[in-house]
Amino acid sequence: MKKTMVMALVVLLCGFAGHALAQNKQIKAGFIYVGPVGDAGYTFAHDQGRQEMEKLPFTEPSTYIESVPGGAEAERVINGLVRRNHNLIFTTSFGHMDPTINVAARNKEVVFMHASGYKTAENVGTYFGRMYEPRYLSGMIAGKMTNKNIIGYVAAFPIPEVIRGINAFTLGVRSVNPDAQVRVVWTQTWFDPGVERDAADSLLDVGADVLAMHQDTPATLQAAEARGAYVIGYNSDNRRFAPNAFLTAPIWNWAPLYTYVAEAVHSGTWVSEQFWWGMDKDLVRLASLSDRIPTDVKILVNQRAEEIKAGTFHPFSGPIKNRDGQKVIDAGQTMSDPDLLSMNFFVEGVQGTLSN
Amino acid sequence: MVEILLDATVRAGTPILFATLGAILNERAGIINLGIEGLMLIGALAGFAGTFYSGSSLIGILAAFAVTFVVGSIHALITVQLRGNQIVSGLALTMFGIGVTALFGREMVGQTIGGLERLPIPGLSQLPIVGRAFFQQDLLIYTSFALVFLLWFFLYRTRTGLALRTVGENPAAADTCGISVSLYRFLAVTTGAGLVGIGGAYLSLAMTPMWIENMSAGRGWIAVALVIFSGWSSGKAMFGAYLFGGITAMQLRFQAIGTDISTHILQMLPYVFTILVLVVSTIRLQKGSSQQPQGLGLPYDREDRK
Repeated sequence: MKKTMVMALVVLLCGFAGHALAQNKQIKAGFIYVGPVGDAGYTFAHDQGRQEMEKLPFTEPSTYIESVPGGAEAERVINGLVRRNHNLIFTTSFGHMDPTINVAARNKEVVFMHASGYKTAENVGTYFGRMYEPRYLSGMIAGKMTNKNIIGYVAAFPIPEVIRGINAFTLGVRSVNPDAQVRVVWTQTWFDPGVERDAADSLLDVGADVLAMHQDTPATLQAAEARGAYVIGYNSDNRRFAPNAFLTAPIWNWAPLYTYVAEAVHSGTWVSEQFWWGMDKDLVRLASLSDRIPTDVKILVNQRAEEIKAGTFHPFSGPIKNRDGQKVIDAGQTMSDPDLLSMNFFVEGVQGTLSN
Repeated sequence: MVEILLDATVRAGTPILFATLGAILNERAGIINLGIEGLMLIGALAGFAGTFYSGSSLIGILAAFAVTFVVGSIHALITVQLRGNQIVSGLALTMFGIGVTALFGREMVGQTIGGLERLPIPGLSQLPIVGRAFFQQDLLIYTSFALVFLLWFFLYRTRTGLALRTVGENPAAADTCGISVSLYRFLAVTTGAGLVGIGGAYLSLAMTPMWIENMSAGRGWIAVALVIFSGWSSGKAMFGAYLFGGITAMQLRFQAIGTDISTHILQMLPYVFTILVLVVSTIRLQKGSSQQPQGLGLPYDREDRK
């Protein structure tokens, strides 16, 4: 029976190796994922982008490695890709940052791109998306669709990325509905369908009639569907989990960036940069709007979307007050990127704890 | 509010309860099973796929039991027949479960099924406070209530149960009485695995009716700890499972209401409790009054001398 298990492992490993068969083309890309491709969320979206990139004529079949945690394990896996002659490696989670930098320092001929981090090197660039832009738009929809003026937000961890999303969403809500409040429940996990579901239920129990979320599974969608509420998804278009409740979702579209980077490396024009692309480059977008959203709301949201793309509107433009009513951004001012990236306060209209 | 909280507690505790009961059955026969997390995942996938292809949750539940029963026999074969290391075999089973469900679950990702429905019991379901939590639940939760009683009854009120406990406490003594140690151990491991599988199926059929890789998210390990917490008793296992489920449910609801208690403190509580229980049970072990089966973790070979 042990033999059977060894056989099963060998079969599994062959599955991975199959991706790495060389065909003598120029770009051989490797991807390190933090979760499983089957998460129907964050990693799934990255993998969609990878598949699009692979359609470029000068790429060899790419390799991806799933469920790689941060730390020493990541370093080992990245090293493995380098040894197998990959010349462009994407690492997709914050925890992969130091391992990426370490491996990059020893392999100058390989280009590394790390998502969501801040450390760079000669051969390491970073990339992420301005998810707060579509979050703001989804907030406008939530603000228009709520009847009870209580909107629930299931959130993973109180880190700047999540807080920025909650604030952008709330600013969107309050731009169309100044009476609505956004209640936040922290799950302290990215990935636990059971706990996410329970958190969503707890928000519905206190009267929320629209839910939004920053989690990696569609559990919140199911909770809203089961209780006849509305829901805003995240990561990728998961409306099949909530055909009636689903309104829209701020989603990732990594294909433009992966394609851009692959082309740059291919043509030799790549230099280390920190990409933080937004809706203008279509790296982040809003999933197609549900038919349950009235036409006038759709028009309003689409107008704002165009303004964001054109750069004439920024979600974090003043005046913005924090939760205690103090002004943090003056009228006419816009938050700088460093401030956005280190955000650690709630805007007016959010109800929840920020334990520091 | 209390009604809702109790309801959420029972629902959050049920998958852990099934897994703990299964593990107790294993350990009562003297076999440690650290493969609970993997078995839960296999049960979750089998339950989901069974329901998806047949359209019936009942068939899904049976599939979860059957598949984990069969997979459990791998652990049984290694630990009972081949007298292998139980810890290593269990850990391998967990890794196997994570990998194999990821591989075979690909087609199930993104599929949807109708979840298990609540079946209110007429009359009782209208009781204040406890009605919603205990009498408006789904089939699996009612099954778990029955199982807590049945496992106790089996272990302490039947001859077979006594024989099983003897196998776990002192297999040599059981052997001299003509009890087949390997048969009892084998069936205890496979049946226990089947119960763990149903716990997994609860995740993918009732709690969140979908399949996602790794969706058990560590609940199997909590079950492993709860076996010790419970002192190998099904009643205390129920208390422990609901304690874990209840604290999660409670801290989420405190946040939703808008209280300012730190979520970190609340989330620590079950683990603080676990440490306390471990300390107490270790002291009891040293005093010789522990509930732990004396033959736990030791392979039995008739030819061996103690």
